[in-house]
Formats: sequence, C-alpha cells, structure tokens
Amino acid sequence: MSTLTVKRLLFDVPQMARMMRRMALEVVERAGGTDSLMLVGVRTRGVPLADFIAAEIKRTEGVAVPVGVLDITLYRDDLSTIAPQPVVKESVMPVAIDDRIVVLCDDVLYSGRTIRAAMDALIMDYGRPRAIRLAVLIDRGHRELPIHADCVGEHVQTTDTEVIKVSYAATDGGKEMVELLEREG
Amino acid sequence: MSEPVWQRGDLLGVAELSTAEIVHVLDTAESFVEVAARPIKKVPTLRGKTVINLFFEPSTRTSSSFEIAEKRLSADNLNFSTSSSSLSKGETLLDTARNLEAMAPDLVVIRHAHPLVPHALAERIAAGVINAGDGAHEHPTQALLDAFTIRRRKGRVEGLKIAIVGDVAHSRVVRSNVLCLTRLGADVTVAGPRTMMPEEPESLGARVVYSLEEAIEGADVVMMLRVQLERQARAAFPSEREYFEFFGLTAERLRRAQDDAIIMHPGPINRGIEIASEVADGPWSVILEQVANGVAVRMAVLYLLAGVKSGEDERP
Repeated sequence: MSTLTVKRLLFDVPQMARMMRRMALEVVERAGGTDSLMLVGVRTRGVPLADFIAAEIKRTEGVAVPVGVLDITLYRDDLSTIAPQPVVKESVMPVAIDDRIVVLCDDVLYSGRTIRAAMDALIMDYGRPRAIRLAVLIDRGHRELPIHADCVGEHVQTTDTEVIKVSYAATDGGKEMVELLEREG
Repeated sequence: MSEPVWQRGDLLGVAELSTAEIVHVLDTAESFVEVAARPIKKVPTLRGKTVINLFFEPSTRTSSSFEIAEKRLSADNLNFSTSSSSLSKGETLLDTARNLEAMAPDLVVIRHAHPLVPHALAERIAAGVINAGDGAHEHPTQALLDAFTIRRRKGRVEGLKIAIVGDVAHSRVVRSNVLCLTRLGADVTVAGPRTMMPEEPESLGARVVYSLEEAIEGADVVMMLRVQLERQARAAFPSEREYFEFFGLTAERLRRAQDDAIIMHPGPINRGIEIASEVADGPWSVILEQVANGVAVRMAVLYLLAGVKSGEDERP
C-alpha cells in the first residue's frame, strides 16, 4: 500500500478565493453573458467549485445560474479493472441541459479521463448542450486524452508520483487549501 | 483507505449479509433511482458484461425487473425459462451449470423451486450468482427492495413497527424480509392462520401472532403476503371468502395501524383475498413504488457484484 506525505502547501484560502473569483469572471465572459449558462460540478470536489463560481456570478451579475451535480462513476473506463466497485452517488440536473452552455467544473485536471466520462454522461444521456466548457481549479498536466481546460485557476508542474490534494470545507471539513503530496511505496 | 464494504461476488441470501452490506446496497440503489428519472434511462456501466437469467419457476415480475435492470446498465442478457428450454427436459443442475460455464457469463440470476440451488450453482461456476428466489428459503433482492421502499417513505427502518401477514410458511419473502428488517433495527411481527405458519415460527426471529388485528395494531408498515393459490395454499383454508374474512386487509381493519402507515405487497396481488381493492389502490399503498424501486435495487446489486472479479470472492 502506498502512502502519501505532504510536501508543501500550494495555495491557501485567500489564494484559492482569488483564483475562483477570476474563474467566475472568465466563465461569464467566455459564455457571452449568463443567459444560457449552466454550471455542472463533477463529484466530489467539482461541486464546491461550481457552487463558489455560481455564488460569485450571483454577486457580480445578479443572476442565479443553475448548478448541476454529476457523478461519473457509471461512465468510468476502468470499471472492469478496479475492484471492488467505487461508490455511486446521485447526479442532479436542475434544468434540461439542451441548448445550454454547460461549464463542467472539477478540482484537478490530470489524465482527462474523468472529463471524458463526464462529457459522455452529458451528451449521451442528458441531452444536447450547445457547448461544453471546462473549468478546473488546478491543471497539473500529464494528459492521456486530447482534452484541455477553457478556464484554469492555476497550472502546476508535477511529476507522476506527486498528487494534488484540494480540500474544501463542504467536502472535507476543516481548512480549505491546495497541497502537493508525494506518493511513496 | 478503509476496507471496502462490498466484497462479495454472489448474492445468495440476506442471512449472509451484514448490516453495513445491506445499508451499502440501499445507498447504492438511491443513485440508480435517478437514472430511471432521466429521459434516457441507460448508462454504459456493464457494457460487455453478460448476464444469464435462469428461471426454473414461472416469474414475470422478478424476471422482468432483473431484465430491465440489466438493460439499463447496458449488460447483454440472455433468458432461459422452464417453459422454453432444456431446463424442462430433464437436464441435471450440474449439466446446466457446465453448459452455462461454457458461455462464460459474468453473472447468473437464478430462481429455483428448491432451496439452496443458487448456493450449489455458485460453488460450481466462476460467474457471480444472484438468488432470485429459492423455494421457501430466500428472496434477497425482494427484501432489499422492500427495505429500500420503507426507508425512502419513512426516512428510516430502525424503530419502525412492521407487520407481515399471510402465508408465512411458504414464503421466501418473509424469511428474507424478517432477516433484513430486524438487522436494520425494525420491530417485526409476523401473522397468519395456524395452517400457514411454519412448524417453529419463532425460529424466524420475529414476534409471532395469529390474528391480523393484533399484528397491525400501531404498525407503521403492513406487508401483506400473496396467498399462493397455485400452490399448496388451497388446502390451508376452507375458502377464499373465509380467508378474506379473517386475514384480508380492509380499510376498516387498517384503522388499527398508524395514521401514516404504508401498505406493501410483493405482488401479484389477489384482490378480495388477502387485500381489499380499496386498500391496494388507496393512498396508503406503495405497491407500485415497490416495483419501481425493485429495478433500482437490482441495478445496484448487479453493479456491486460485477465489480468483484470471478474467483475473488471467498467461497466455502
């Protein structure tokens, strides 16, 4: 069993908040307003990111954009190789996604496989959005699929034994922060 | 990382499940309810997996529920039933098992008139086995969907007063349900005519009474069992009318239960025998919710079992 040790703190609460506030502005700017905008948080830590961005858009634009939650477990490409099964949680789409600009939100962009699964879920099973955009707090590189983010909080150079850990109060309790960890063993 | 809750490759009975495992199935099923509410009710999760449905006893409800669950998970499925295959041509179970094995399924769903046949099959084939009812022994997915329906309606199972009434002796639904509901902390009472009680009813692990009225007094949940007219049941009571007279659930009798009591039935219902139409169609009835929830619970079971690779689960 490999163990994870914390190497250093990358971003603290004020830094995270600044990044997410800028992301909210970029999301609205890129979508040309809030008219057909919708945010979808990818479970688990894409959800508080989507919620933060939505709250920020509400503050600056005065508009409450719909926020969905997507659990990609049923769409993973590694279900036949991992055992036992990961825990499935509910997905929630408060409005139909058809003809909307859907901004997928996730905490860390790495291989791109999670986002592939999320796009499959949205397009195959939920409807036909006008466009899907991607907003991530941290882009750490090492993509295995041709996927890129439209809106990034921060790019972080990593090696493949390193792990980026994002903690949100809503999902992890405790302090909000982004840490760099090292996998050993 | 904590030890994962679900590590089984087969679901043979509620008896073998821990409380944590039962709760894990119910929690997983919650997520699958949402899939059924989508315009496109299908997810790619079990793509490329093969499920064989083997029904040695007639079944419409359970077999179609499994079939829909398999299809919604994108599994390929194959149905064998006694009426349409060599299952009725005198093949031994062992030969059937060998033939199945040759088709390399990932999961086999089996219903059989004899107890423990699914267990025997599970020992002989690499595929995961789901018991869809073995004689009067167990029917685990029915018990899980009943517990799921109760939990969704009442918000909990623990501490509820639950009455199960009818042909207790011949019912696998009762056995699995008593095990499941007591494990979740419910206070379960079973009731039925003496002729429809097993030899040692106390061994079921529930309070035993012989009157419907006594059983449903203050109950939060009343689960009526089907009088299996096609089976032994005919000899156990003088007439359908008399059965209804003493054990049929009417709106009048239902007043003894809690005001917000729910009425359940594993189906198919015999109107005017174990349940009056006014009750079956009334506001208390969650009978059709049970059917809908059955699909979600079976999707959860298929999903959980498909993740444990053949041979990885411990077998005796």
